Amino acid sequence: MAGAVPPGAEVRVIGPPQELERVPLVANQRSLAWVSDRVAGIVEGRAPLWWWVAFVPSVVALLLLGAMLVYQISTGVGVWGNNHPVMWGWDIINFVWWIGIGHAGTLISAILFLLRQRWRTAVNRAAEAMTIFAVMCAGIYPALHVGRIWFDWWLFPVHNSQSLWPQFRSPLMWDVFAVSTYFTVSVLFWYMGLIPDLAVFRDRAKTKLRKFFYGLFALGWTGSNRHWSNYEKAYLILAGLSTPLVLSVHSIVSLDFAVSQLPGWHTTIFPPYFVAGAIFSGFGMVLTLLIPLRKWCHLEDIITQRHIDVMCKVTLATGSIVGYAYGMEFFIAWYSGSPYERFAFINRAMGPYAWGYWTMIFCNVVAPQLFWSRRIRSNLLVVWILSIVVNVGMWFERFVIIVISLHRDFLAANWGHYLPTWVDVCTYLGTFGLFFTCFLLFMRFLPMIAIAEVKGVTPQADPHHPLGGAKSGGHPA
Amino acid sequence: MSEGAKPYGLLAEFDTPAALMHAAEKVRDAGYRQWDVFTPYPVHGMDKAMGLKNSRVGWFSFLGGSTGFAVGNLMIWFMNRFDYPIPVGGKPLFSPFSAFPVAYELTILLGAFGALLGMLILNRLPRLHHPLLKHGRFKLATHDKFFLVIETADAKYQPEQTRQLLEAAGSARLEWVED
Repeated sequence: MAGAVPPGAEVRVIGPPQELERVPLVANQRSLAWVSDRVAGIVEGRAPLWWWVAFVPSVVALLLLGAMLVYQISTGVGVWGNNHPVMWGWDIINFVWWIGIGHAGTLISAILFLLRQRWRTAVNRAAEAMTIFAVMCAGIYPALHVGRIWFDWWLFPVHNSQSLWPQFRSPLMWDVFAVSTYFTVSVLFWYMGLIPDLAVFRDRAKTKLRKFFYGLFALGWTGSNRHWSNYEKAYLILAGLSTPLVLSVHSIVSLDFAVSQLPGWHTTIFPPYFVAGAIFSGFGMVLTLLIPLRKWCHLEDIITQRHIDVMCKVTLATGSIVGYAYGMEFFIAWYSGSPYERFAFINRAMGPYAWGYWTMIFCNVVAPQLFWSRRIRSNLLVVWILSIVVNVGMWFERFVIIVISLHRDFLAANWGHYLPTWVDVCTYLGTFGLFFTCFLLFMRFLPMIAIAEVKGVTPQADPHHPLGGAKSGGHPA
Repeated sequence: MSEGAKPYGLLAEFDTPAALMHAAEKVRDAGYRQWDVFTPYPVHGMDKAMGLKNSRVGWFSFLGGSTGFAVGNLMIWFMNRFDYPIPVGGKPLFSPFSAFPVAYELTILLGAFGALLGMLILNRLPRLHHPLLKHGRFKLATHDKFFLVIETADAKYQPEQTRQLLEAAGSARLEWVED
């Protein structure tokens, strides 16, 4: 091969034909400077009107959450609809729902990083923030549902007032460790990703206050390559650690159910099925948040149509896995030969809560199949509506698993009916207040897009591309 | 360059990552040790161009992770078997299986702290005061410019030769950085 090139001749590397080139990740050949200007522009200057229109109701809902927590703690869990035999109601439904939503953030930041999916850079920061705020909303419920929250510290490995330690054979204990680790590691990962971008904000800061705070949290980042080298290794390791973490968290949440003996809960398919469902709902939430934000914040060149398209495909794939799991649950209920197991599933589809079951099937299995069509995937309004349908469906999935399984178990004398109270409903609405207040503050004060990472995927960032200054190779602009 | 005070180093500015990379190769080959390049994002291939070795962050993370796994198992053994045994349903007082989920989560928790702290320790961060951070032009290192700095503390540093090296490497702009 080497002999074919005469000495001294210019060697030109020819890229693939133009029509085989992928759609660029950053549209319209935007420059490196444009990326920082655009993302910092969201934070600099006055808050736009739409931000206030979203922020004020969020804070009102957050106050509602505060009021509900005070009322519940001062009165007792009796203010909720939970009662025998349905002792887990909206509290655990909403806990599992919120924590599931968080999973897309970690999938995008960790698993897609390991899989070298470079499109993730446009959405990972916002998705990680979503993870953290969703886990915060989720964490409220287990802390509250124990009834006497002043005993919550018994959950931690502390010698309590009766000289007892926690009992580590219970999946509920595993859950405490899984969720708190998940929250902590998500924050670490998120913060580490923020350091170079906080330095961008520090270097642009005009006011003293901004200079001080961005400077403080940027830790003196200079962009030194000796630093980048350690930084990238640490990022890779964090991604490698977060991947088994995210898979374990929802697996352990599912073990809260699967380790019990209740028909409808006692199922080995739960861990993978919960993880797929979590990623499914998380992508639903990412789409719900980012489709309006990319328009309002003028980020169409960073979060392009291609990004939306890929996320729709992930939603379709995970939704189909979830649909398969629903089918498999039914098959195993029949195949097990256990009359209780069979009854539990027939009761799901034809019992008093059948409407909940069929809502779940429609939203999670039928509706996402529309994403097979390219035309649907490129219609942002339809995608946005479907992303909300997905999360309605995933809420109903947890309702089906928890309420329908509990309300009719082995003994007919033990049957009952469950209805939430107004406190249940208002607490749930209140968690949206917490979520959106945090998210809106995040996008006003922190870089919503990973600036350094997005710069890194543009052609002008590549030293082997003509736009990056290389003498040959790739396609010229 | 003010009289008397020795400058921190010579700052060379480049417009493209390719130009910076070629300059880094030249500085590496000239045998300098106390120098660095500054880029708005990690430039791939720059570690090789600078002659950097594989980062040692992995060891910090490994140490954290193994500590987490050991602490998790020991904690559960101590609490549920040694200090206050809780017999439940005739199951073993300690089993590596029921202890695994918690030990696994602690492995990840401390491994993650190891990675982040390892990165900060190896990078000597946080360091809020740095001669470069006071330099006006250097602010573009987080924006869209590429910089190479050779410190005056380097053993091979010679005011004229170093300047000529960076000029030959194609720097668009050369400036002194005050200490």
